[in-house]
Formats: sequence, structure tokens, C-alpha cells
Amino acid sequence: MLKKLSFAIIVIVFAANNAAAQKLRIDVQGVAQPTPVAIVPFGWEGNSPAMPLDIAEVIKSDLRRSGRFSPIPENDMLQKPTDGADVDFGDWSILGVEAVVVGKVTQVGVNAYSLRFQLFDPFRQRQLVGYQIPASRGTMRGAAHRAADMIYEKLTGIKGVFGTKVAYVTAEQQGGRERLYSLIVSDQDGENEFKIMESKDPIMSPAWSPDSRQLAYVSFEGSRSSIFVQNLRSGNRFQVSNKPGINGAPAFSPDGRKLVVTLGGVEGNPDIYILDITSRQVKRLTTHRAIDTEGAWAPDGRHIYFTSDRSGGPQIYRISVSGGTPERVTFEGSYNARPRLSPDGTRLAMVHNDRGNYRIAVMNIERKDLLVLSAGRQDESPSFAPNSDSLIYATRQSGDGVLETVSADGLIRQKMASGQGDVREPVWSPFPRFAK
Amino acid sequence: MSYYKIFAVAVLGALLAGCPATPVPDPEPTDTTYDGSDSASTDGMDGFDGQGGTAIEDPFEQLGTVIYFDFDSSEVRAADQDLVAAHAIQLNENSYTSVRLEGHADERGSREYNIGLGERRAQAVRQMLMIQGVTASQIQTVSFGEERPDAMGSSESDYARNRRVEIRFTD
Repeated sequence: MLKKLSFAIIVIVFAANNAAAQKLRIDVQGVAQPTPVAIVPFGWEGNSPAMPLDIAEVIKSDLRRSGRFSPIPENDMLQKPTDGADVDFGDWSILGVEAVVVGKVTQVGVNAYSLRFQLFDPFRQRQLVGYQIPASRGTMRGAAHRAADMIYEKLTGIKGVFGTKVAYVTAEQQGGRERLYSLIVSDQDGENEFKIMESKDPIMSPAWSPDSRQLAYVSFEGSRSSIFVQNLRSGNRFQVSNKPGINGAPAFSPDGRKLVVTLGGVEGNPDIYILDITSRQVKRLTTHRAIDTEGAWAPDGRHIYFTSDRSGGPQIYRISVSGGTPERVTFEGSYNARPRLSPDGTRLAMVHNDRGNYRIAVMNIERKDLLVLSAGRQDESPSFAPNSDSLIYATRQSGDGVLETVSADGLIRQKMASGQGDVREPVWSPFPRFAK
Repeated sequence: MSYYKIFAVAVLGALLAGCPATPVPDPEPTDTTYDGSDSASTDGMDGFDGQGGTAIEDPFEQLGTVIYFDFDSSEVRAADQDLVAAHAIQLNENSYTSVRLEGHADERGSREYNIGLGERRAQAVRQMLMIQGVTASQIQTVSFGEERPDAMGSSESDYARNRRVEIRFTD
């Protein structure tokens, strides 16, 4: 009874708050030479004077934010076709743009629309991709991101991540030492913020399930740590670990059935465990008296990377999921922690102490060479985009945590500034799975 | 289930109603003993007169409850060992009381690793209490890592204030 009651008090639905939540603002600091492209304003056929969402603007902003493209201003355009058949390739090759996107939105029902777009190469005078996507008012933005993803993939050969999401934690000062912690999910461009949980006690370490339908996280409600898994659509959550001492650092297995977690026990010796989500059975992987924590599953599901200070300072180790002796992976520098694998399995991101500054570094697992990607003093929580091509992490700006993304080669870095308190622990979602 | 609910409401009601009706007099720590030197003489009745006897002080009131640590260290400083010992004595004398040791780290580095560092500090204090006879069941530990800083800044002195264990009394 009591347990049920406290649960009901803690779980609140925050939908009402979200409209008021200030969204993240994004500044791009591109350093590569961006390719000029033309995104022609989309046409509109429907009952209202204007279309529900400026599709061209969403696509433009996605491509610009990638740092790889610079959309030309609308004023420079010699024609503004909305149908591929009306594109005059000469008009576009004069402008030197390497790609032209045209399209339109047609209303087909009360809340039903059809988004149509075509991408052309004006030099070869060919359509590169054309697609029609059904949408409602609520899914219109997602449909525009999907269009941007297809355009991006056609032009770069890299799968776009504009349709993905990020989860992160915010802490707002409430006077004195009081804080309000929130767990937020938003589109990867900072739009559509949705608060999925809030608490006066710390929230930590969000982690996406591989189907991106659930988040695991650590909550300190009641002044003790426990691990929850929350369904994003329903808002229902269940407690999967509530043992004495540390319950921390959850990360899903590639099949989504297990979590690697850190448990400390009464004696407070943090070790790596594998927790079966359904049965709640745990299997201990490490037994060292050092701090072993921050487990991360390799994409092949066979190894777990983790942080351990068994050698003195924190370094990254790797252990088989069936146990055995861990093997040390990082040797460069005195502090390497919080390993995260790129989804393609080739690279390892970490927090690395670079001459007194905590920065995000990426190591090629085969070659073992380390590349420092960030430039802050106190950067943390790196997380790869699902295309392995960029990362998101938290840095500090005048005392508060803000989010940045950086391309995996370090060339394009961009800031996502939030008006709301201290933003930390961003985690990038897997690719969305569309209904077939 | 409804019985529990009624019971809970009744208990809550009793507590709420009981609170203002039974004020607890503050003990006066500076003048604890009735010295009987008043000019007027009165006849006392043993066992009834509230003026006699010795007030009991809050056993934990005078003791500090925060222990600070050096950078990258979980060793209780020599200067704080007496404080921990004093808490051990109090806990031994009042075996019905218990404490929660809340370990903290400064903000540098990785968050979950800092949870480990905070726990290590809480465990150092726990071990010291247990060596001095406090039973395991009287002690709980929790690490907040860098999540609940005391000082909000990022200077060395802020970091020093944040590397700490707070001793909190639980019932």
C-alpha cells in the first residue's frame, strides 16, 4: 500500500509544462568549407492561407546545422518552382549551387497532408531523390526531418540524423541548495522538448533502449539511488534496481533485454553487473575493490567497456560479457573515463584529461590513436549519433552546463544553448523505426 | 486496503491534532540544574515538580556534521578523526539512532565515476565508525557524486567545500 502510494505521488505527467519550456537555441561554429545548396520555398495547397509548418525552413536549418551545407538566400533565386518538372537547370548552375530541393505540401484531409519533395543535381540535370511522405499536423516536423535525412544521405553518403532525438537532464536552482531536476527528450535540433520526469532529488545517467521506446535512468528520490526504466509513450516506469548503496550507470544491451549497471552494495565497492530487465536477476562481472563503473556495451553485444581506477587513476577496460579478466584499453593520459562506443563499433569516446582540462576524446579501437574533439575545461558525457559521424556532449558556459555537438573528425562543432538552468548528460537516440 | 487507508488517515489526523496541543519545552543548556537558592521557600512534592532535575541536551547538537577531504582522496584528515570518534561515541550510547553518510565529490571529471569517489569517502567514515563499535545496521551510505554541490562555483575553494561527507541522522 505504502509503496504504491509513494509511487503515485512521484510519477506525475508533465505535459502541461512542456509548452512553456524554453527550447534549446543552436549556434553553429562550422570550420569546414560548406557546399552551397538551394532549398526553394515549398508550395502549399490547402484550406488555410499558409501551410502548418515552413518545410523548406526546417530542411534548410537541418542542412545548415550539419556544417556541411550553406543554403543560399531566397533573394538570390532566379526561379522558385514547386514541382520538379518546372526546374530550369541553367538558372541554378549559374548560381553555382550543387543541389536544388523543390517541393510542396498538399492538404488531403482535415488533419492529413502530403509532403512531396525532389532533389536535383543541376549540373548533371538529374533527380537524385524524390519522395512523398504522408503527415498530420503533429508529424509534419518529423516528416520534414525525414526529407532532410534523405537529402543529406544522397549528397554525403552518410545517413542523416535529423529525425533522431536526444535525452538530457536539466537542473534548475530553486533557491539555496534546492534544485529541480528534469529529464527531457527533444528533437536533435532542440525542438519539441518534452519533460518525461522531474524530481527535487538528482536524476542521472539517462540511456536509450535500442528501439528508442524506453529510457533507463538513475533517480535519487528518497535520498537513495535506484534505476528505473520508463516507457516514453505511456510515461509508465518500473524500478529495476533498488539495492543498498550505489545503483548506477545503466546502459542497454544491443538486444534491449539487459542493462549493464553499477552496483555498490553495503560495503560500497562499485562493480559492473549485468541485469536481466524481465527477471531482475543480476550477474556480477567484476570483483575488484577499485571503482568499476560506467559500463557500455559494444555493438556486437560480446564485450563491455567500463571505467576502473584499479591502476590508480581512472582508465578504460574491456571485459567479455561472460566474465574473465578485464583488458586495459586506454593508456594515454592519467584520466580516461565514461566510455561510449560508436554504433559502427570502430571508435571509443571518453572523457579525457588533457593537460588539466576534461575534454571529449575519441580513440580508434584498432589503431589506438586518440583525438581530442572538444575545447572546454569541464566537458563530459559524450554520446555518439546513431550514424557514428558526430557526438553530443555537455560543456560549461559561464557556470552552466550547455550541450555541444561535434563531428567525429573534430572539424564541425556547434553549441545548443538552453535558457533553462544547467543542462547535462545528453544521450543521442538510435535511429527511429518507421512503421512499415 | 481501505482499512489501511482509514488507519493512515486516523494516524495522520492524530498527529496533526496532537502537534499544537503538546508543546515540548526547550531544555536550557546553560542553566540546567535547579539550585534551590530562591528566597521564598516552598514545599516540594517529589516526583511531580517539573523544576527539579537535569535537562538532557540534544546529544548531536554540538558536533559538526560535515567532514572534508583532499583532492582525489578518501582519507579522513587527522583533524577530523576526533569528530568521527565523537559521533561513534554518540551512536554507541544511543544504539536506537542511525545515520546516513552522504558522500560528495567536486565537479571535475565524469559523473558516475564521481559517484564512486563520493561513495568511497562515505565508506571511509563508515569504516571508522564501525572500528569504534558502531553497528552496521546503524549506518547507511549514499553517494551523490557531484550532483549536490555545497558551493556552486568552480574555484579550488569551492571544490574543497564540495569534497565532503555529510552525516545525517535518521530515525
